[in-house]
Amino acid sequence: MAEFLPFLRTLAMMAAPLAIAGMAGLVSERSGVVNVALEGLMGAGAFAAAAVHYALEGPAGAASAWLALGAAMAFGMVFALPHAAATVGLGANQVISGMGINLLSSGLTVFLCKALFGMERTPVFGLGLLPGLWGFYPTLWLALAVVALTWFWLYRLPSGLRLRACGEHPEAAESAGVPVRRVRCLAVLASGALAGLAGGGMVLTHTIQFTRGTIGGAGFMALAAVSLGRWRPGGVGMAASLFGLAVAASVYAVNLDALRRLPPDFFSMLPYAVSLLVLVALPNTGSSPRAAGSAWPIRRGPGGSR
Amino acid sequence: MDRRAVPAKIGWAVFLERLTATDARLGVAVAGLGLLAGGLVAALAGGSPLGLFRALLQAATGWDAARQVWNIRYVGEWLAVATPLILTGLSMGFAARAGLFNIGAEGQYIAGLTAAQFAALYLPPVPVLHAFLCVAAALAAGAVWGGLAGWLKARFGASEVVATIMLNYLAFYLSRWLTQAIPGATTYRTPAIPASAQLDAGFLKTLSGGSNLGWGFFAALGAALLFWWLLERTRMGYALRASGLNPDAAMAGGINPGRVGIFAMCLAGAFAGLAGASVALGSFNHGRVLSEFDNYGFMGIAVALAGGARGFGVAAAGLFFGLLASAQTLMQGQGIPRELAVIVSGIVVILLSMKAGLGALAGRLGGSAVGAPCDARPEPGEGNGG
Repeated sequence: MAEFLPFLRTLAMMAAPLAIAGMAGLVSERSGVVNVALEGLMGAGAFAAAAVHYALEGPAGAASAWLALGAAMAFGMVFALPHAAATVGLGANQVISGMGINLLSSGLTVFLCKALFGMERTPVFGLGLLPGLWGFYPTLWLALAVVALTWFWLYRLPSGLRLRACGEHPEAAESAGVPVRRVRCLAVLASGALAGLAGGGMVLTHTIQFTRGTIGGAGFMALAAVSLGRWRPGGVGMAASLFGLAVAASVYAVNLDALRRLPPDFFSMLPYAVSLLVLVALPNTGSSPRAAGSAWPIRRGPGGSR
Repeated sequence: MDRRAVPAKIGWAVFLERLTATDARLGVAVAGLGLLAGGLVAALAGGSPLGLFRALLQAATGWDAARQVWNIRYVGEWLAVATPLILTGLSMGFAARAGLFNIGAEGQYIAGLTAAQFAALYLPPVPVLHAFLCVAAALAAGAVWGGLAGWLKARFGASEVVATIMLNYLAFYLSRWLTQAIPGATTYRTPAIPASAQLDAGFLKTLSGGSNLGWGFFAALGAALLFWWLLERTRMGYALRASGLNPDAAMAGGINPGRVGIFAMCLAGAFAGLAGASVALGSFNHGRVLSEFDNYGFMGIAVALAGGARGFGVAAAGLFFGLLASAQTLMQGQGIPRELAVIVSGIVVILLSMKAGLGALAGRLGGSAVGAPCDARPEPGEGNGG
């Protein structure tokens, strides 16, 4: 048992940002907007959190990390704005627009580091988020709350039903008086805020500064979690936990005597191999939102009325 | 709305309409717009926009406007940098035409790179033949790594998006593991690769002032041609496009979507594997133990999307992104952060994603019957691929 709690802590530390980012992807895709920009939005959030925390750590003390998370949400939302404008406003191809955001974010965050701090990264902050109850990072409780609230919103509130309708059958939603474009726009912005929060939580618990490699593919892992979790909050949360479990296992396996002769790269491979196996083993019940990826209103060519 | 009531078209609406009439025109316009935006960002950050354009001019023509000297080596470097980008773009594009979202070009690139390095170190150094075998090994490794994702989808219904993301990481760590196991390898490099394995072309080196430009660039152009020929002129290409446009109709027409998917991913992987070979045998004289992703595969997604997943479009887009990439070090020299090049690529990709909307906007503004020709075709890579 003495070994078990630290293991759980590592698991939670790795899984929490993925779960929050997974909810970001979920909210956007259930409204009908594919969001492959999670990686970039997380990067924007991580940059903002690291920069704000570095600046406020001295004057604001313990509140600084939470203010930094707020800044991460705001910055994530700012970076989601072009995605919303392009996909909802101009009916852009959602995958292309999302990849554009990823590029923009990877360039602009490092660019801003250079402009603000004169180097390719933010300066090192002293303490990030500190472990609290039972030695878990607060990101765990944040992640649990975000998953629960997302479920409650999507399945128990009228606005959540409307959001899902926009992703399944926008025509029906529109005829029932749901403003599809407004709903989708707000969903993308909420997605940006959540992804920013995930990135901020990640930089404040995993490391001591923001660099170009801080997110390191976590956004794509979250995208995988959305698909693996079949676009349902509980499922996506479980998929994120599975990734966390695999990473924690690989961290601990390095210390087992029987496995010590294997190279470290072998252990780094494990999480991805496990995920691939789960992907293959799970029955494929296609349940992606039916209208995700298509613009609304559907353009009817020349002379078509809106 | 009564069309006769519409006043004579406004000049700039006509302009916008003409601009969005073909993909090529739109691409050029968007690239220009992206560069202007880049200049603006440079100016906002206190740098000189002129420096950005000077760096690009120098990367494209070799002309150093500040020092008034000309060095053709920069052109060679540009084409050398564009080579893997064109190839990974073709990789993503080929899968996209079959309706598959291949995020795995990075992993397939790594598979190709690693196989090329192994072949270069272990096969007998026979001139010409050695290099051919190395490239063949890279093609095969890339095809296997891509085909694996296609097979997982066909056999188990596994989403190729998730599978290729995982395969990227698996390829990365597997490559590190295997490469470090080579006798004489350190934590970052292997012993030297014999000259017989390299894709250098002596005359090209002389012509381009000692740049890294080699046979790889011509292989990339050949691959773009092959891409077009396969898709537009063969039965398999027809089946592939059909299942990309409408899988149900294709299946009803007797096309086996599983087989088509495996074929598409194999070919996509081979393109990316060739990109790996072009870097392993073109830019380095030793094998590398990767310390991070080279990112050619991820950039290839943007290249393919910008190039409309069509052979010549992708080649053009690869040249443009390659130009931005090769201008990066020159930008540093002009006192402009190199990240500006990435920002410009991002802006260009976002603008390109809106082309349907821009076309429709032009149609509305002009009130014309021409409307939005770009709308008529389904976008490659549309849908969530889940």
